[in-house]
Amino acid sequence: MAEMKDVVLEYVVNEYVDEDDGTTVSYDTPLISSGIVDSFSMVSLKVFLEKKYQIKLPDDEATPEAFDTVNSIVRLVQKHQGK
Amino acid sequence: MSNIGSYEQRLRNFDWGIAKDVLGWREGELLNIGAICSDRVCAQGKGEKLALVWEGFGDKRHTYTFNDLKAYSNGFAKFLADQGLKPGDRVCIFMDRIPSLYFSFLGVLKMGGIAQPLFSAFGDESLEVRLASAGTRAILTTQKHVKKVRAIHDKLPALEKIIVVEGDASKLKEGELFFDVESAPRVERFDAFRSGPETPSVLHYTSGTTGQPKGAQHVHSSIWGQVLTMSWVLDVRDDDVYWCTADPGWVTGTSYGIIGPWALGITQCVLDSGFTAARWYKFIQDNRITVWYSAPTAIRSLMREGTDIVKQFDLTSLRHLASVGEPLNAEAVVWSEQAYGLPFLDTFWQTETGSIMISNYPGMKVKPGSMGKPFPGITATVLDLKTHEPITEPGRVGLIAFRPGWPSMFRAYWGRPETYRGKFVGASENATPDELRTNPNLWYVSGDRSSIDAEGYYWFVGRDDDVINTGGHLVGPFEVESALIEHDAVAEAAAVGKPDPVNMEVVKAFVTLNPGVAASDDLTLDIMNFIRKRLSPLAMPQEIAFVEKLPKTRSGKILRRYLRALEWGEDPGDLSTLEND
Repeated sequence: MAEMKDVVLEYVVNEYVDEDDGTTVSYDTPLISSGIVDSFSMVSLKVFLEKKYQIKLPDDEATPEAFDTVNSIVRLVQKHQGK
Repeated sequence: MSNIGSYEQRLRNFDWGIAKDVLGWREGELLNIGAICSDRVCAQGKGEKLALVWEGFGDKRHTYTFNDLKAYSNGFAKFLADQGLKPGDRVCIFMDRIPSLYFSFLGVLKMGGIAQPLFSAFGDESLEVRLASAGTRAILTTQKHVKKVRAIHDKLPALEKIIVVEGDASKLKEGELFFDVESAPRVERFDAFRSGPETPSVLHYTSGTTGQPKGAQHVHSSIWGQVLTMSWVLDVRDDDVYWCTADPGWVTGTSYGIIGPWALGITQCVLDSGFTAARWYKFIQDNRITVWYSAPTAIRSLMREGTDIVKQFDLTSLRHLASVGEPLNAEAVVWSEQAYGLPFLDTFWQTETGSIMISNYPGMKVKPGSMGKPFPGITATVLDLKTHEPITEPGRVGLIAFRPGWPSMFRAYWGRPETYRGKFVGASENATPDELRTNPNLWYVSGDRSSIDAEGYYWFVGRDDDVINTGGHLVGPFEVESALIEHDAVAEAAAVGKPDPVNMEVVKAFVTLNPGVAASDDLTLDIMNFIRKRLSPLAMPQEIAFVEKLPKTRSGKILRRYLRALEWGEDPGDLSTLEND
């Protein structure tokens, strides 16, 4: 089974990065502060995470900072797994 | 002392000619916005003054003087003219907030073209609708966004030129042009088009309840409204460092993110980066920004981050804050005073009005939550919802309306004279656009509702139609619904605004599914991403409700107002036309 951070990275690359624009995204690449993912699109990313991992992410924790890198997203998801 | 001084005194002694005095304008000067914002400032001896401080993500930072602004806008004007573009041609500017966006906007105007800026997050369908409507002849874009243009090019016969201004020239397709103005030879002289007061200048698309977006067309004399409000409302002075956070894909980003500040020779800053509170505060601190014009959505996002983070930055340079896009709630006004020592002053205007119409002013008592009072020279009222007569009793809600004739008023909806006429109460069926914009007996109806209190302050209530105001941007439900039913799973759709603590409203979709399709989380996500890519992230439903059927009138029209009322916990009103089961 793929590691969570690879799953999230793959989703981000497929959905938000244009293959032609030369952007390389890694686990620590800023997503929100760099403008790769805007605040409105963050909602669809949140829906993806909730669906994939069968969790509920509270709105007050789904902040730009928490969603800013794949690593920080994984930390947020792991915090809510098993709750 | 503020530029406006006493609001009451300005009301008594008002004349739009004051705008010319503010600019030091002499009769006979060239009235071309592109030239006024660059060549004219240089001719005043400010050529070496900083015009633009630009920062991108990471450590990217570039600065440009007014001499640079002149040369690079000339560069674009010459390039476009050399390509055979003519005065009156619509030239779309479709890029992120990179410096070339600002240079090319002025360049298009200098060559006599009509600048059509579009939000770079638009998907190919949103782009296609707007380019087709305008009959756009050329588009300036970047390698990052050109793919969306390629996807629709064969459906746009008028679109002759695709010009890529940033990126890798080797990746262009056949027929596309590459022009990097900063690498090209500087063009120190270009004879700007001899535009007149009524020469078309800018075409901004805005959404309505029905039909596709409409192009609000402005003219070069709009500058008088933009300059005077820039001076009296935003209170800029020669030594200010100004930041307008709006994207020029929307009207605030051109009227007050390009035209207003640069006509007055003001240094302005642009941040082309994603939003985080720390990044914004650092930007203000590092650039010693003094005047900050932002939006309620951004302010509420900053509120969520609290005041501790504010203390980590030196924001003492700030001296004046203003807000636009949607009503600024009282809590945000009070909070900003606590956080920054200054209240955000709310301003109200629209794509169609071209400049600020109702506002709070420096020195005038602020009533938190109020839109303020009409700008001097603007005759405003609220009209009875049914009779369309002006309401005289304080506190009663009506339609915000203005007497036509202010300088920056839009002159047409591109190619839609009937729709334009429909915005004026009291207009005869055969009134020409010129008659509409000059007839002092008509009312231009804004589409927003408010009341006026006993002291003359306006209090916003909401839209008078189904248009969704999300984060200060208008989203047309028809456009969203049209895109939704293009999804394979969707049979019928309705899009309405639902309350949101940060964006005021966000899009919520109600959909019925085609036979054999089952609702699921996967489908929700698929539809969301479908709309995000086709239209824009703003138009993407933040919530999708799968329903058996949509509420309709007996004639089959979807009753959006019923769905909206349910979302807002409001009375849906008369439901006598609702179709029975």
